[in-house]
Amino acid sequence: MLKELTKSIREFKAASIKAPVFVSLEVILECIIPFIIAQLVNQIKAGCGVDVIALYGLSLLVMAALSLACGAAAGSYAATASSGFARNLRKDMYYQIQTYSFENIDKFSTSSLVTRLTTDITNVQNAYMMIVRIAIRCPLMLVFSLLMAYIMGGKMAVIFLMVIPVLGIGLFVVAKTVMPVFRKGFRMYDNLNASIQENIKGMRVVKSYVREDYEKQKFDKAASDVCAQFTRAERILAFNNPLMQFCLYTVMVFVLSFGSYTIITSRGMDLDVGQFSALLTYSFQILNSLMMLSMVFVMITMANESAQRIVEVLREESSLKNPEHPVFQVKDGSIDFDKVSFRYSKKAKKMALADINLHIRSGETVGIIGGTGSSKSSLIQLISRLYDVTEGTVKVGGLDVRQYDLETLRNQVAVVLQKNVLFSGTIKENLRWGNKEATDEELMEACRLAQADEFIRRFPEGYDTYIEQGGANVSGGQKQRLCIARALLKKPKILILDDSTSAVDTKTDALIRQAFRRYIPETTKIIIAQRIASVQDADRIIVMSGGTIQDMGTHEELLARSEIYQEVYTSQNKGGDTDEK
Amino acid sequence: MKNKKQGTLKRLVKTLFAFYPVMMPLVVVFVLLNAMVSSIPSIFMQNIIALVEVSWQSGDWAAVSGQILKFVGILVTLYVISLAAGVAYTQMMAVVSQGFLKKLRKKMFDGMQNLPIKYFDTHNHGDIMSYYTNDIDTLRQMISQSFPQLMISFVTVVTVFSLMLYFSVWMALVVLVGVVFMVLVTKKVGGNSARYFVRQQIALGKTEGFVEEMMNGQKVIKVFCHEEESKADFDKINDALFHDSEQAHRFANMLMPILGNIGNVLYVAVALAGGLLLLAKVPNLSISGMPLGISIVVPFLNMTKQFAGNIGQVSNQLNAVIMGLAGAQRIFELIDQKPEADDGYVTLVNAKEVDGQIVECQERTGMWAWKHPHSAEGTVTYTRLTGAVQLFDVDFGYVENKTVLHNVTLYAHPGQKVAFVGATGAGKTTITNLINRFYDIADGKIRYDGININKIKKADLRRSLGVVLQETNLFTGTVMENIRYGKLDATDEECVDAAKLAGAHDFITRLPEGYDTMLSSNGANLSQGQRQLIAIARAAVADPPVMILDEATSSIDTRTEAIVQKGMDALMKGRTVFVIAHRLSTVQNSDVIMVLEQGHIIERGSHEKLLEEKGKYYQLYTGAFELE
Repeated sequence: MLKELTKSIREFKAASIKAPVFVSLEVILECIIPFIIAQLVNQIKAGCGVDVIALYGLSLLVMAALSLACGAAAGSYAATASSGFARNLRKDMYYQIQTYSFENIDKFSTSSLVTRLTTDITNVQNAYMMIVRIAIRCPLMLVFSLLMAYIMGGKMAVIFLMVIPVLGIGLFVVAKTVMPVFRKGFRMYDNLNASIQENIKGMRVVKSYVREDYEKQKFDKAASDVCAQFTRAERILAFNNPLMQFCLYTVMVFVLSFGSYTIITSRGMDLDVGQFSALLTYSFQILNSLMMLSMVFVMITMANESAQRIVEVLREESSLKNPEHPVFQVKDGSIDFDKVSFRYSKKAKKMALADINLHIRSGETVGIIGGTGSSKSSLIQLISRLYDVTEGTVKVGGLDVRQYDLETLRNQVAVVLQKNVLFSGTIKENLRWGNKEATDEELMEACRLAQADEFIRRFPEGYDTYIEQGGANVSGGQKQRLCIARALLKKPKILILDDSTSAVDTKTDALIRQAFRRYIPETTKIIIAQRIASVQDADRIIVMSGGTIQDMGTHEELLARSEIYQEVYTSQNKGGDTDEK
Repeated sequence: MKNKKQGTLKRLVKTLFAFYPVMMPLVVVFVLLNAMVSSIPSIFMQNIIALVEVSWQSGDWAAVSGQILKFVGILVTLYVISLAAGVAYTQMMAVVSQGFLKKLRKKMFDGMQNLPIKYFDTHNHGDIMSYYTNDIDTLRQMISQSFPQLMISFVTVVTVFSLMLYFSVWMALVVLVGVVFMVLVTKKVGGNSARYFVRQQIALGKTEGFVEEMMNGQKVIKVFCHEEESKADFDKINDALFHDSEQAHRFANMLMPILGNIGNVLYVAVALAGGLLLLAKVPNLSISGMPLGISIVVPFLNMTKQFAGNIGQVSNQLNAVIMGLAGAQRIFELIDQKPEADDGYVTLVNAKEVDGQIVECQERTGMWAWKHPHSAEGTVTYTRLTGAVQLFDVDFGYVENKTVLHNVTLYAHPGQKVAFVGATGAGKTTITNLINRFYDIADGKIRYDGININKIKKADLRRSLGVVLQETNLFTGTVMENIRYGKLDATDEECVDAAKLAGAHDFITRLPEGYDTMLSSNGANLSQGQRQLIAIARAAVADPPVMILDEATSSIDTRTEAIVQKGMDALMKGRTVFVIAHRLSTVQNSDVIMVLEQGHIIERGSHEKLLEEKGKYYQLYTGAFELE
């Protein structure tokens, strides 16, 4: 796991190394400064002159300046290293997601990808900063302080060898016990937040059913559970501080009583007064760095979970690969399904499509009708290789789709997805997704075909109208027509509309189809629809049911023989549509 | 700005004490005890060192052991007290800080339940969410760590500075100059850091927004081979975030070494000052009246270190405090939102008929009545709930001066089915929003069974209205629990019957665990149509006399709708129903169809009558006009 993460350090390797180097220098200086101070204290006690104090003072000033420079440099490098690492990691993740196939995308929910790209990365970033700074600083501080304590205090330093294991084990036990409690708590916390989100979204339902009090009770229970769990964790963690204080006090009492005994009985031979106070200073440093270390330990282990979630995204290999010698030319818009079977995942027991044989000529218009779950969308998604077949072959222009360059194929096979989205930006910007170089004239042409030009012109800012995220400021029918125009701009050989005119009224729907017939006759058109009216003038209509082609033929043929088709037709036309003509 | 921050801090502390009126003062006492007791030992330490200094050359342990051991004894006692206080306050603080967050969350949530729908319509849901996530999280560190740390540091600084004054005013002044300098540096560097931290949070929000939009449209990106452009856009936002994050952490990281070393310099300055004062034999000015000597300079140096260290601790908590205050300010904003007003006094009660009189009763009779107290005469009248809804000349606008409904007058007799047809923005949903008082009318009158709806308690009014909306919202829980949401005390049989009525029973039994199947993320494992069926079942179990169906069957394909229609017809029977639908086939069999255009009712009548009129409805029906 570590290898995948460290790959993202790249240009911040230098900063990642410089930070601990400067930290080390800072630590060394920080340990020497009290040493010199101790000397100064002794000198003052001995009644030295101002010149000596000034000399010591000057060297202390120089060291403080150096220490400051090192500390500031270390802090600055650590900031660069960790923010940079986070940036690269975020970038690598995002780029990796861009290579995902539909199959990969289905695996992760949108919200989980968003969390991974934000919260999880932030956690790892903080942990990384800890590692290059504190995680180096604390052990170093520990070693140097121990060393200095030994130099200054001699035998007395033995007390640390007794206290450190006690504190170390204590802190470790605390960290180890608290971790699973925290982990469970965070999971509960996520659920709590998810339920708040649900409540906000469903506020109309809550208020309509007058369930405010019920919701409050539900929330109170969930919030109390989260609170109890976190309190348990915090209470365990709260033992760190007193534990540390206890050890510090033990050392103090020991040094004070045993130290003074040693000084007096040995007449200052084994230990002198200056060493005595220096020991007290170092004891604080030693124990404090141990405690920081245990905090770092807890933090890093908690970030571990985030790191794992990040690596999961980085490791996910796209299930679709461009062929080695791709074909960059699509001959025509013919489509052939030969004994095609398909299932969404290897684990799925049921085939979404079973044994499909279908041949569509270039330029043909084909309608597809079928109930929810009849795999209409699955069928057409195989054509532009959004998924790969499980068995059999799908050919476009007489060639297996797996032989084409993916971008070439998808530019020639334009799909207007059922769950379509517009992005925040102007109408023009959105349309240019279809063709970056399209001129304004071409944009308008496509919009005229999709019957969108008229309503766009009615907007005060016309084609420069800003579309809000998800197309929130246009109606469903307008959105669908913009999506069709966007696809038309690719000038594809095959155009697939997956239930893309459901919110468009029947008359406009008819106008769109009429425009297709007149202006892009050579393009193969596949239209999935709920409404019979949308497909009834197609060359052929496919009736799908349970992942198979149940029947195929013209409107009249199907009306005469297909039971499903008849049923759909009558459900839509009872007393209505027929007398409109 | 500054005052606002101070106000927030004051309120935060006040709230903390209000939530824990007993525990918080105890925490404060123990924190003070812990802090004071741990700064006193330096005096005894100094006493021991002084004793040792005097007698180390004698080598006579027995002579001083009594005194030294006495001091050690006092020290141990102090340490035990300090430790006990430490354990007490850290344990209590763990309970208090988490409990505080919980109570705050509860206060926010409870308050939020009582906010008017307008609030949710006019605020971004992601933004409301971030009160509960980002803002609460900033408070966590502030309450559990910064608060006790600040208290400890404050006590230590005050104690140490008093001790300094006790020893020597002149040298204390030197320290004071250093402290002023430290505060200035903290203000400058910490201010920069805080500014960038705020910018980092904004950049993070931007990144989150961008990523969310792109992840939602990832399939479209693939279909249009738009990966490279999407990467380029992401890089821009990501780089901006990097820059702010780097700056924020840079300044924050530098603060500690800067302050630490200023502390060192201050140490030197105090030593120099002490030496100079000693040499120049300046008469000492102090509370104790002691003459300036070595025995004062040495402990003074230790105190300087302690003093500087504590200022460093305070500055270390600065970012947490600044972010916490910003979070608290936003949280208070939510808590301070004005709740939905309700002046209604007419309530809905169970009733039965005794000798032709309507009498209130406790048990569910299936008959409901409006209980209408008349304060002037001190009498109570009962009106039978029938479901007659009348609107007289209603005007309404979501924002002032922008009326979206004009002079709407309509009567829905009990048991009638009234349909609204019209383009998006014509005001169909608005009318239903007014009937259940999600919004209040600007002018005109709405009567329910002859009672002005402003007089009816909102909860009772809404209880008498069932609503099925286009956007179905299910809650995490089993299918059964979701249906029961309509009537909390419904038995399993009642829920199943309701599901049968709505035509949902069939598909539910085919789910892996039938009615016990868990739904999560708004029923992500169900199709939109199936979700709508459950929502209809939920309304059916509530069994309200009046129903509002706002595009309730829009996501069900026409074939399924034909099947559901039977259930819907059964559901609508005997109730007053308001139907809003896109598909004209759904509204054809209504008693009255209202055609709305820009807030006006332009046509009304039955399907046949409207077709005969050959007006707008006729055009819509024949597809000459588009509904948007």
